[in-house]
Formats: sequence, C-alpha cells, structure tokens
Amino acid sequence: MDLSTINPVLLIASLMVAATPLLLAAIGELVVEKAGVLNLGVEGMMIIGAICGFAIAVETTNPYAGLLAAMVGGAVLSLLFAFLTQVALANQVASGLALTLFGLGLSALLGQNYVGIKPPAMSKLDLPILSDLPVVGPILFSHDPVLYIGIALTAATWAMLKYTRVGLVLRAVGENHEAAHALGYHVVRVRVLAILFGGACAGLGGAYISLIRVPQWTEGMTAGIGWIALALVVFASWKPWRVLLGAYLFGGINVLQLNLQAAGIAVPVEYLAMSPYIITILVLVIMSTDKSRAPASLGRIFHASQ
Amino acid sequence: MKLTKFLATAALTMGLATTALAEKTKVGFVYVGPVGDGGWTYEHDQGRKAVEEAFGDDVETVYVENVPEGPDAERVMTQMALEGADLIFTTSFGYMDQTLNVAKKFPNVKFEHATGYKTAPNVSVYSARFYEGRAVQGHIAGRMTETNTIGYIASFPIPEVVRGINSAYLHAKKVNPDVEFKIIWVYTWFDPAKEADAAKALIEQGADVILQHTDSTAPQAAAQAAGNVITFGQASDMSEYAPFPRVSSIIDNWAPYYVQRTKAVMDGSWETVSTWDGIGAGMVGIGEISDRVPAEVKEEAEALRDMLASGEYHAFTGPINKQDGSAWLADGETADDGTLAGMNFYVEGLTAELPQ
Repeated sequence: MDLSTINPVLLIASLMVAATPLLLAAIGELVVEKAGVLNLGVEGMMIIGAICGFAIAVETTNPYAGLLAAMVGGAVLSLLFAFLTQVALANQVASGLALTLFGLGLSALLGQNYVGIKPPAMSKLDLPILSDLPVVGPILFSHDPVLYIGIALTAATWAMLKYTRVGLVLRAVGENHEAAHALGYHVVRVRVLAILFGGACAGLGGAYISLIRVPQWTEGMTAGIGWIALALVVFASWKPWRVLLGAYLFGGINVLQLNLQAAGIAVPVEYLAMSPYIITILVLVIMSTDKSRAPASLGRIFHASQ
Repeated sequence: MKLTKFLATAALTMGLATTALAEKTKVGFVYVGPVGDGGWTYEHDQGRKAVEEAFGDDVETVYVENVPEGPDAERVMTQMALEGADLIFTTSFGYMDQTLNVAKKFPNVKFEHATGYKTAPNVSVYSARFYEGRAVQGHIAGRMTETNTIGYIASFPIPEVVRGINSAYLHAKKVNPDVEFKIIWVYTWFDPAKEADAAKALIEQGADVILQHTDSTAPQAAAQAAGNVITFGQASDMSEYAPFPRVSSIIDNWAPYYVQRTKAVMDGSWETVSTWDGIGAGMVGIGEISDRVPAEVKEEAEALRDMLASGEYHAFTGPINKQDGSAWLADGETADDGTLAGMNFYVEGLTAELPQ
C-alpha cells in the first residue's frame, strides 16, 4: 500500500467533476418533489439530455449550444410526464417508470449515428492568477463552467425555497394542494413548471456526462445515476445543501475508493466498491433524524374538482 | 405396445423436425451491453450480422441488448426459446447458470454460452484466448511506459479477467523488470462514467499506460484528455482513438464461429463442443500497431504475435510462480487449459490482492 501516490488536490478536483451530474439531476428532482410530484423518470430525462446535448454539440461544434439543447431535450421529455400526470391524471409512479424506459430507448435510436464521435471540447475556467495558485487553484478555479452552475443552482434553489414568494407557493402546492388551490394558486401550472425545471436540470446533468465527464456518446451511458439522484433527494430530506453534501460525498467516496484500489490498500475491493452507497446513506440518514419529512402531497393526484 | 408408441413418437418428431427445417432457422443473441458500445457487444453483433449475410432468407436473427447477468437473463432466454429460436448465443460469462437452467427446459433448442465452462447435451461453450492478445499488449506496455506504472481497469474477478492481468503482467515484466501494475476493479462490464473515473484515478497516480477489460471507449477518451497516456482497444478495434492514445487493440472476431454453428444447426450436425481459439484460428485479432510505437517495439510485438499464432510459444510458459511464491510452472512447462480456465490467482510480482 502506498497512499502517497494519491494526490489529495487532484482527488478533490475530480470528485467535484464526478458529483456534478448527480447534483444537477438531484436538485431538479428536489424542486419537482417539493411541488408534490414524484417523477421517477430522472434516468430517462438524463439520457435524453446526454444525447441531445451531444448531438447538437457535434453538429454545431459549440458545446454551449449542446448544453442548451440538453436542457430543452430533458424539458420536452418531462413535458410528456407533465401531460400524463397533470392533465390525464395518470399514476405518477407508472408514468415516471415509463418515462425512463422511453427515454433509454429513444436515446439509443437518436444516438445511432453518434457512436465513436468526439464532441467539441469545453474550455475550462482559466483565471490568470487564481487558476495557477497551488492547491486552491486546481480545486476552486480551474473547472468547466457547468460545475459552477451546479453549485450556484443549489444556492439559488435553497434561497428560492426559503426566502421568496415563488418558493412559498411551490411549497404550499407540495404540502397541501387543496389549500393552495383554495387560495387561488394554479396547482397544475406550478407543478408543470416544476416538472419542466426538473427535466431541464436532469438533461443538463446527462449532457455533463456525455460532453464533459466521459466525453463521448454510448448507449445507456448514464448507467443508473438518475436512480441514485432520486434516492439522494429522499435521504437528503428534500434540502438543497444536503443534496450537495450527499452528491459530493457519493462522488468523493467513489473517486476515493478507485484511488485506494489503485494504491493497493489492503481492504477487500468488494467493501470499497459498496462504500460510496453505504457511507452516503449512513451520513444522510443520521442527519435526517431531525423532524424533516416528505412534502405531504407528494405523489398525490390533484384535480380542481376534488 | 411400448415399441409402437415409441415408433409413433419418433415418426411424429421427425415429421415435426422436417417442417421446422423447411422454415427459417431462428438464431437468438443475448447481449450484456448495448450493440453500440463500441466494444464487446458490438463485436458479437457484427457476428450476428455475418450470420444474416451468410444465410440470407434462410435465417432469422433476434437479439436483446442490455440484459443483466441475473434472473432477468433467464426470462429473456426463455422468451426467445418460446418464440421458436433454434439456436441461442448467450454472450457473457454471467449468463452461465441461467443458460444451463433454460437449456434443461428446452432440450430441442441449442445453446452456445460465451466464455463459460459448463456444458450440457444442448449447451456448447466457446471463448477466445484473449490472454494471447494480452501478452502482446503487455509487451508493448512494458516497453513504452516511462513511469513504469501500468494501470489496469478490470471488470469482475473471474478467470477470464485474471488470466488477462497475469498474461499482460508477465510480458510487461519480461521486458521491463521495474514495471508495476495498479489494478482497479469497477464491478461492471459497461459504465462509461465509472470507467472514465477509474482511468482518471490511475492516470493521476502516475500510470502512463491504461489497459482495460471493460467494454466502453471511455478510458480511451480519458487517456486522450490526459495527453501522454497510451491505451489499447478492447474487444473491438476502437480505431477512432488511433494512432494515439490507442496504439493497438485486441479484436474479438466471432463471425466465423457464429456462421459455422448456425450452419451446424441447419444441417443437423450440431454437437456439444468446447471451443477455445486464439490468434492462430483468427478468433483473436491484434489491431494494427500504430506509428506511435517505436519500430523495433512494433517488430518485437508482431514477432510475439506470430509465435503465439503458430503455437511455437505459449503465453504462460514457465518458470512462473504464484503470487504467494509457490511454484506453478517449472522451466519450459506450459499451462494446461484446465488451470487456465479456472485461474483464480495472481502470478508472482503483482502486489494487489485478488478479490475472491
């Protein structure tokens, strides 16, 4: 075992990259669930975002156009979910699962001509002095822009939910949709907007994988991150900063366990491989022993006549 | 009475058999990843296409991709058999017991399980001697590494993967005694994000050669981003990353075998076999060694490839000790197929612990 081969600075820098897709998807889903909607289609929206972003980035040779297309792609797919659950009043669990399956299939179809192609590279932040600082530079000032968007989005979501009128309305709809309706708020409109936001975030998270983290297109490349994002929202008790913590913890331990393996640490590999899941769950469960709970109307169908 | 009944049944079976022959032969394929993975499953699908091309309208092929290695595989195979498949290729090690279970239920359907070792009257196994290709990779890796650190992304601790690590290590060590292997087990055949993370972790720890036994091209992309790291295509040529970082590759060529076995089902000559072919038979191909490899290294590697192909040299030729120092092969002795097929130990010199 030789732990000195692990460079902590590079480790922290790569854990932030590993955590970003998870963070983006989970923040989107958090807003959706705060509005009282359970969308299990995160995985499907992510993979659609991954291929939409990849395809547009390749066609336009502009990675930013790709990111935008990924958000649009994810949001359009989530619109299908919004229609099924908010207009047609279908079961949310079934609709969400269908969305994932549909997204996986559709992305494979869309992506047939994009296998083995390299996307245009995205420039990283390069500030003249700051990026060259030892330790702090690689960790804080030399990432791609999306990573910072992820963190900013977390802060914005937290502030929006806690301090703004919009956040209050969103929470009201999620906690008690009949009361919100009685007060004159458009429950369905709020929820559809929340679902669209969730779709755009998941799409961006997917494109982060296909354009920045890997970067290439292969079928099924999100490989279950959408499901982890769903679990993360629950374990983080629907709190944005805990989602960030959970995502970094999960990404961090994932990267750390790979590094420990490479360094030849004498812990059986099986334990290392399961450690990200166990430690993330443990930490978040311990933290959620306070009185936080799910939005009361989560997963319930609303119709103005009821 | 019994005899007449037997004869009647036999006649009926033959009658059914002839009608079945008159129809298309249906061949099913169960894939562990997507056909667009650019690696393992992609090559199996090329084999399927070769079967379609060879027999045209006489054959119908079906496939199911992304089938998890578990109870779900059994369901997929059963479904294929119920839909009238005559021959089913199950193309991942983890389908072993499922293949045997389903084969027991459908004695008239022929099964071919890739990389496994359990056969039955209607189950054949086939695999390729990938370790021969690993020997060539190890040689190039050992000669080209400057940091003397070679990263290896491994999937599951099964004999096939362990053989590859041992073979690559032995041949890297032979040309570079200081070489060190860093091995990461990712416990998946296909997860581009995880494979990319593993490649990055290895590169950050000083590896300048990445060998992979997983199916996606993500490690190639990670190496390309790093700039000074070389890689090898796995299962498929991965030539989109040539000439650098990908300097060579192991190519699985299943097409001739698939065509031959489908033919055997068609003319009724199918029998249970255990096929294990290497470079010589063409089941394992060594992708073009790119110009980024120094000419002399390329020559040595090609010579090694040719010696492996002709059978002049075996990739596991003694003296070789096991990791714990106990003797495995004496000087000049070569490994027997039985030991290789069940290989569950590292050779001497590898420092990591093999997950059991």
